[in-house]
Amino acid sequence: MSAPTTPAPLNPDGSRRTFMKQAGGFLGLALAPPFISQAERLTALSKKVEGVSTISLKVNGAVRAIRAEPRVTLLDALREYLDLTGSKKGCDHGQCGACTVLVDGKRVNSCLTLAVMTQGKEITTIEGLAKGEELHPMQAAFLKHDGFQCGYCTPGQIMSAVACVQEGHAGSADEVREWMSGNLCRCSAYPNITAAILEAKTQMG
Amino acid sequence: METNQTKNAPTNVVGKPMDRVDGPAKVTGAARYSAEISVPGTVYGVLKTSTIAKGRITSIDTTRAAKEPGILNIFTHQNLPKPAKTPKQVEKWRAAQSYLPMQDDQVQYAGQPVALVVAATLEAATQAAALIQVTYQAEAPIDSFHDPKAELFDPQKIQQGKKDSHVVRGNPQQAYDGAAIKHEATYVHAINHHSPMEPAATLAVWEGADKLTVYESSQNVTMHQGALADLLGMPREQIRVVTKYIGGGFGCKGSFWPHTILTVLAAKAVNRPVKLVLTRQQMFTGVGHREDQEQTLKMGATADGKLVSLVHTKRATTSPWDNYTESNGKILDMLYACPNYSTTYELARANVMTSVWMRAPGEAPGSFALESSLDDVANQLGIDPLEIRLRNYADHDYSNNKPWSSKSLKQCYTRGAELFGWDKRNAKPGQNRKGRVLVGHGMATASYPVHSSQGTARVRLFADGHAVVEAGATDLGTGTYTVMTQVSADALGLPPEKIRFELGDTRLPTAPGSGGSVAAGTVASSIMAAAEDVWDKVVKMAVADKKSPLYKAKPADVKVELGRMFLIKDPKKGETLLATLGRSGQPDIEGSGTGKYGAGYEEKNFGQNGADENNDKKEKVSGGHSMHSFGAHFCEVEVDPDLGTVRITRWVGVHGVGTVLNLKTATSQMTGGAIYGIGAALMEDTFRDPNYARYTNADLAGYHVPVNADIPDIKVEFVPETDPYINYLGVKGIGELGMVGVAAAVGNAIFNATGRRMRSLPITPDKVLEALRQPA
Repeated sequence: MSAPTTPAPLNPDGSRRTFMKQAGGFLGLALAPPFISQAERLTALSKKVEGVSTISLKVNGAVRAIRAEPRVTLLDALREYLDLTGSKKGCDHGQCGACTVLVDGKRVNSCLTLAVMTQGKEITTIEGLAKGEELHPMQAAFLKHDGFQCGYCTPGQIMSAVACVQEGHAGSADEVREWMSGNLCRCSAYPNITAAILEAKTQMG
Repeated sequence: METNQTKNAPTNVVGKPMDRVDGPAKVTGAARYSAEISVPGTVYGVLKTSTIAKGRITSIDTTRAAKEPGILNIFTHQNLPKPAKTPKQVEKWRAAQSYLPMQDDQVQYAGQPVALVVAATLEAATQAAALIQVTYQAEAPIDSFHDPKAELFDPQKIQQGKKDSHVVRGNPQQAYDGAAIKHEATYVHAINHHSPMEPAATLAVWEGADKLTVYESSQNVTMHQGALADLLGMPREQIRVVTKYIGGGFGCKGSFWPHTILTVLAAKAVNRPVKLVLTRQQMFTGVGHREDQEQTLKMGATADGKLVSLVHTKRATTSPWDNYTESNGKILDMLYACPNYSTTYELARANVMTSVWMRAPGEAPGSFALESSLDDVANQLGIDPLEIRLRNYADHDYSNNKPWSSKSLKQCYTRGAELFGWDKRNAKPGQNRKGRVLVGHGMATASYPVHSSQGTARVRLFADGHAVVEAGATDLGTGTYTVMTQVSADALGLPPEKIRFELGDTRLPTAPGSGGSVAAGTVASSIMAAAEDVWDKVVKMAVADKKSPLYKAKPADVKVELGRMFLIKDPKKGETLLATLGRSGQPDIEGSGTGKYGAGYEEKNFGQNGADENNDKKEKVSGGHSMHSFGAHFCEVEVDPDLGTVRITRWVGVHGVGTVLNLKTATSQMTGGAIYGIGAALMEDTFRDPNYARYTNADLAGYHVPVNADIPDIKVEFVPETDPYINYLGVKGIGELGMVGVAAAVGNAIFNATGRRMRSLPITPDKVLEALRQPA
């Protein structure tokens, strides 16, 4: 990998305030969630991060630091800085779902998420789903039901499927189809994906 | 040794619904696609593309762009090193578009590369590309063959000179004029884009000035290697192209496109590995498309629904340089027993890149016209759509007067109708309601030819009981890794987990790419030929080995099945390949072979005038057999009369494809084919602005492909079929077949639901509503 990936001292504090310090300026203002206080918004305005800085990401349970600009997306941080290429770039615009990862248990399009925003959060990618050699029930079900062909949308489908079940949106085939429609599959393994999710649901705790 | 015959050899794992061998890597994220190969020192390339469709570049200002940190170089036509040859200078350039951008100041289509930034980070390269200021002197572009400025012309030849633009059989116009039933209609097909999930990617790595490795998202590594050798003026063997995993292609990664050579040239200039991935937007102007087209079909029939004539014309858009258009006529020529036929292609040049084959090129749009018109004639005459197809059933190929190598279409019709419940269909259009929505049932025939192809493979059997099998094929997700593992396992009598099948590298024996549905049949045959070479060698060892039960047997008396050699006359007498090899002290043994698919196979094994075994008289048949796969689609739709929306609620596809190598992957591929066709039928439409000749919806939010919620359960079955003529294992390719006829089946179901015939794809709600406003 060409991008610098020098390990940096880790900052275990991943609070929102830390995020504000890291990703301030107009960027921080634009990204500030509506529920934060006015004071925090002003703090955000008063801080500014320019150029390359250290960003600590907790990915699949391990905290790793990269040196990157605040404009680096979570997807590019994973793929180009951490060499975790399981998460795929299909459109870079949140239109295809191939980049889906879990952030604090919720499915997000990592191509629409700045890496700097996810500091202190639990990021789970496809590489973190299996326990050693033992596949996650969703991975095993995708394999068994042939829920893919080319495999490029598959990591996103599987991450989205895990969240879909955990959200309680896998009650029926129709519900699965609806709640999985943010993940495109051009090989069109949809019927098999639906079958896999309905089966994996029964095996997930 | 028994050789050169199609074998009805016993199988152990071939045909079984085995899980994909590459599946674990794909579900864990371990599978690395071309842009994911980690090469130290890699820098990032980003293209800047033209905002105008026609004109010339008057200036390029890179001042601001160059200030981005980490920029290595910004290439334009003024400073990009020239290739040794452009495609136009290459004799027999067959790799699609013959125009290479960034050679001069000309702009010929919107989205044409005008600059290439190389930077240390993707972010810097992307930002710099945005900051480049390009000034153009724009001219009014031609957007399509519809453009008043466009001129239709007779290309004489289409498809890079491979096919005539006029084909006539019999006396079609006269037969049409005299027909009891005359039906004439015009069908429109929108621009479609392949849109594989993985964008096209090139990672170019030079080692010195004369050794190049390219990790490319390629359906055909040999083609990419050859095209690069041509353009760079380098011997093929100094160029290695690698594609271990590819995220779909559907045709667009089976040709050579500008981004690949531009990246290679840039990498050489900056002396670093350069990785360039097209953005999703650039995928719409970087790797071809299915062209916008219009077909007029005159169908003449007797009063009892028998076809007497098909007069077909096609008008389509092509690029300023090439005469590519899909050959829609092929399927009209052969699908039914019609004695008179003609097709004519007319093209118009527009400011678009060269279009290219997209899944079922020609067959998909051609069958839409044919199968829709036939449905109209059936309705007009009060004949069931399935019945009219049986009345026109072709017992041989009317296009060339040859017998079929195999055809199971009647079984497909019967089984499909049974699974679907076709007999319960209400033949009268517009009569079937479910609450507010109109319900309709339609069907159509599918067919795809066996294209001749050949390739090579290498098999290395190790005495410890494993084998390495190699062929430079690709796996688009079609299951090549898996099915070839199965074929190899049975050829050597090993469990599949003891086989390592390697593909996707020009260092491996040359194999055809994945395209035209040739990969499975060709590569399987090549592996069997290589395995036979191993068998030959081990049999020779066995008959010379005192400890072998086959000692002193004549090799010609020995047969090999599932890795065991035995006397044909006394099958109990024999032993496994491994037993002989193990005693020899030799660690391994290698075989190689050439496998053929289609006409070449028949010619080799049955002679040019192969005897037709199905013919009682055993008479010679000139030129052998016509080779096609066949199938039938059955579709149920619900049409909302207020909103014009169409939902597919049931789908049945039954196909005859010869030997099925893996029931699971084959079923998935056919299911995916149907859904790909549903996309073309109901939603896929890239819109080119008529003034600017630019796409207005070039991304996956604007270009709609089917999502999970669009698709019901889909039932796919295969009927048993044996074909001795096409290749070693009797395999017919299935990549395209599943899509052929799909749009017509949907349109026919909509007609049954509404009484309105939809002749313009995609059949979007606005078109349905408009049709519903008109009298039925």
